[in-house]
Amino acid sequence: MSTTASSVAAATDPASDPATVPSYAGPRVTHRPWLRFAARRAGRLLVSLWVLVTASFAMIHLIPGDPVRAALGPTAPAELVAARREALGLEDPLLVQYAHYLQGLVTGDLGTSLGSQLPVTDIVAQRLPATLSLALLAFLLAAALAVPIGVATGVLTRRGHGRRTELAFTTGSVVVATIPDFLLGVVLVYVFGVELGWLPVAGNDGASSYVLPVLALAVGPAAILARIVRVEMVGVLEADFVRTARAKRLPAWRVHLGHALPNALTASLTLGGLLLSSLVAGTVLVENVFAWPGLGSTIVSSILTKDYPVVQAVVLVYGLGVLLTNTLVDVALALLDPRSMIRED
Amino acid sequence: MTDAAVPTAVPTAGTDAPGGRWRGLLTSPVGVAASVLLLAVLVLALVGPTVWGARADAVDTSDLLAGPSSAHWAGTDNLGRDILARVLVATRLSVALSLLAITLAVVVGLVLGSLPFLLGGGRLARLVTAGVGVAVAFPGLLLALFFAVVFGVGATGAVLAIGFAGAPVFARLTQTLVAGVAARDYVAAAQVAGVGRLRVLLRHVLPNVAEPLVVNAAIGAGSALLSFSGLSFLGLGVQSPSYDWGRLLFDGIGVIYVNPAAALAPGLAVLLAGLAFNLFGESIAKTLGVPVVAGALRVPTRRSAAPGAAAAPTPAAAPGDDDLVLDVRDLEVSFAGPHGPVRAVRGVSFGVRRGEAVGIVGESGSGKSMTALAVSQLTGDDARVEASRLQVLGADLRAPAGPQVRRLLGTSLAMVFQDPMTSFNPTRRIGRQLAEVATTHLGMGRREALDRAADRLGSVRIDDPQRRVRQHPHEFSGGMRQRAMIGMGLMGQPALVVADEPTTALDVTVQQQVLDLLADVRAADDVALVLISHDVTVVGEVCDRVLVMYAGRVVEDLPASQLSTAAQHPYTRALVAAVPSMDTDLDRPLATIPGRPVDPAHVPDGCAYAARCPLATERCRVEDPELVTSATGGRVACWHAGEPLPATAVPAAEHDTLVEAP
Repeated sequence: MSTTASSVAAATDPASDPATVPSYAGPRVTHRPWLRFAARRAGRLLVSLWVLVTASFAMIHLIPGDPVRAALGPTAPAELVAARREALGLEDPLLVQYAHYLQGLVTGDLGTSLGSQLPVTDIVAQRLPATLSLALLAFLLAAALAVPIGVATGVLTRRGHGRRTELAFTTGSVVVATIPDFLLGVVLVYVFGVELGWLPVAGNDGASSYVLPVLALAVGPAAILARIVRVEMVGVLEADFVRTARAKRLPAWRVHLGHALPNALTASLTLGGLLLSSLVAGTVLVENVFAWPGLGSTIVSSILTKDYPVVQAVVLVYGLGVLLTNTLVDVALALLDPRSMIRED
Repeated sequence: MTDAAVPTAVPTAGTDAPGGRWRGLLTSPVGVAASVLLLAVLVLALVGPTVWGARADAVDTSDLLAGPSSAHWAGTDNLGRDILARVLVATRLSVALSLLAITLAVVVGLVLGSLPFLLGGGRLARLVTAGVGVAVAFPGLLLALFFAVVFGVGATGAVLAIGFAGAPVFARLTQTLVAGVAARDYVAAAQVAGVGRLRVLLRHVLPNVAEPLVVNAAIGAGSALLSFSGLSFLGLGVQSPSYDWGRLLFDGIGVIYVNPAAALAPGLAVLLAGLAFNLFGESIAKTLGVPVVAGALRVPTRRSAAPGAAAAPTPAAAPGDDDLVLDVRDLEVSFAGPHGPVRAVRGVSFGVRRGEAVGIVGESGSGKSMTALAVSQLTGDDARVEASRLQVLGADLRAPAGPQVRRLLGTSLAMVFQDPMTSFNPTRRIGRQLAEVATTHLGMGRREALDRAADRLGSVRIDDPQRRVRQHPHEFSGGMRQRAMIGMGLMGQPALVVADEPTTALDVTVQQQVLDLLADVRAADDVALVLISHDVTVVGEVCDRVLVMYAGRVVEDLPASQLSTAAQHPYTRALVAAVPSMDTDLDRPLATIPGRPVDPAHVPDGCAYAARCPLATERCRVEDPELVTSATGGRVACWHAGEPLPATAVPAAEHDTLVEAP
């Protein structure tokens, strides 16, 4: 058969709209889906960013009553409240405030803390690394635990195998996953700090301080991720292409790791992304258990002292972290499985 | 289903009687444990403050921050109050606030999720959908913190915060469920009949999505409880002098070095209650959503050397056995079923000589594909394969394959599967998938193997193979993938190609190309071919010899040239007669074989075809005929082989058509 242009065009995913199917006639083949994917993903990121920024701006205006009065307390003199409102620009029309807020964001000016009178940007810059390193290490640990465990139990409990292993694993992982990170933190503090005295339980003084908070953050997500990987693995092992790989008489480890795993991971990543962003949020609680000098303890103390500019900024940073995480997951997904670029939307 | 991290939609079973399905909850040990635990939590929430209220508030300044003792099992707090009593009393507030929060989340989610339907599409509906989409991307805790700032610190603020933070998930769930139900015919009918959207929503849609929502609300209640404890633990939830578990934990962690039980007791309470809600929700999800699979009866794989049950060893093939690339005797493939073993293949014997093309035809369920998979050791793990002989190129396939046998099979046995769309790994480039054969079995380097892959793609007439090897399967059409699959088989030096319905999933226009290609491959290097098909025409065209299978047995083995002229078995003749030809009268219904194929779980005594056979006599129903040499030199298993068929075989419309739709 001669591969005419029309027959090649039929090679594209039949599910996609024929009008938007790129023609695979030229060398653009590998570039165009990427471009379209990047454009769409960037568009979505921008919209989410705008929603995030607007929400963090609106937050202070949604608070019933006067936030400055609330922050300074009922006994503060009226002049002080008025002066502070003036300084925060709260007397301007809403749109002007919004414009100022956006302008500040672009120039890296997040305002001034009501409490310490320090620039909020400095506070964030000082606190962010501790939180970021905590979240990243926890994610790496969760993935490093979950993928091998999920793959191994997946292979052990594939169709027609290991009914008991499956029951033990699913029940066990539900229980482990239900333990909230801050409770696990408390238990870890008790066991390794109070009883054994092996590890520091508060603050950040070097590598040993990381052990307990990272563990507290990682165990729950690891259990959930391992379940997802197992389920995907069991499903993928039934797929036709795994049979093809077996027909090639590849060694079992190559069938499992080379053919099944990448496909199991693509599906796992979609849910894993949600997990990753909840892990980012989980730092708030865990930091408070371990008195960790990061953004999580900052936001709680700022909420309690009604230091709104700091709260706004930290909410923004956390939200940004979540958005970037989700975007990275999508990109990783596209790298692992190019079909996901076309399939999207 | 229940393995998902986030609450997911449970497929509704529709209108079953609810009582019987809910009872299933009490049959699983996890379901029972969760129900009991949940009941205990709820009872405790009801009676806790009444029973232990006084004890929980009794200040004892002589016994501050004491450790566990017989008087105070979990010790006392900084005012000398009994911690255990306080934990028990706190059950009511903790549970009540969480239920309040989850109710708010469900109600808000229901409203937001129904809006797109009520608005009937349009810009506003899309805006709501998009807004929910953005909100869902943010973790609940982050949203809760946001709302905690807005609504203020305290119990009320925390209920509102957790309620609103949980709403997007339920909005998304409602939206998905509503969209699913709204697409059903009766909803469309109601709308056409002029019923208002709100009425349709309340009358027809919501009752149908209630069940998954309730299930997810139960799971959500557990998360709400944990979140609420989290907020209170941070000092943003319940404020002193009120206390819930989170607040007790907050107080306890400060004194953990003095009295660890002050932190551990409320922590344990949170954990148990959260677990109760979660497990209960997941158990009902499992009970209501997923049908029970009779999986416990599965038998592990066993490729035993024991000969097949009853059938005496039959002479498999003509003399010249050294020339056999494939030698199968008394092959049996069975699965464990709910009522005893399901015998998919029941004693099949045949041989295939070098360069020979053998077709296996039969209806769906005749065991032809299972035979092909057993021959290539690719039956699923739950299949039980037995044979007195099962050899490919002299290698015994009944024992686990060692490295040498694997190499032999990897290079000389090629498989072509039915569905080319799913038979390639979607995440890897075509070239690498082909090259893998050469790197694994031929010791080639990566570069060299890729070159060979491109060369092989060219040999199966794929244009521009150098570019194609770098592409992913989804960039290939179905016909191209099937040719690439054949190309994959050509990476080594195939002596046998097993093609399992290679053209069934393809467009009619490309079927012929694939068949031609298989014929060429065969001719070029004296390759043997086993072609599985339900299509007699295809097999007759490509093959030298045809095995006709029925209910897991070979009923006739004859040269392809005799198919239309000298078939002996009534089933073979019916198969051939059912093929429409150019002079078939299209005004009359197409010929079919009356009756249904045999269910492999209930194979009758005697000849399995007897129930559908116009020649069947009493003997056929009692005694199963052996496969013996026929008058025309083939083999046939029939008491009435070659007898003339009665003239009136009236096809009935409701019977299964033989020729399956492509």
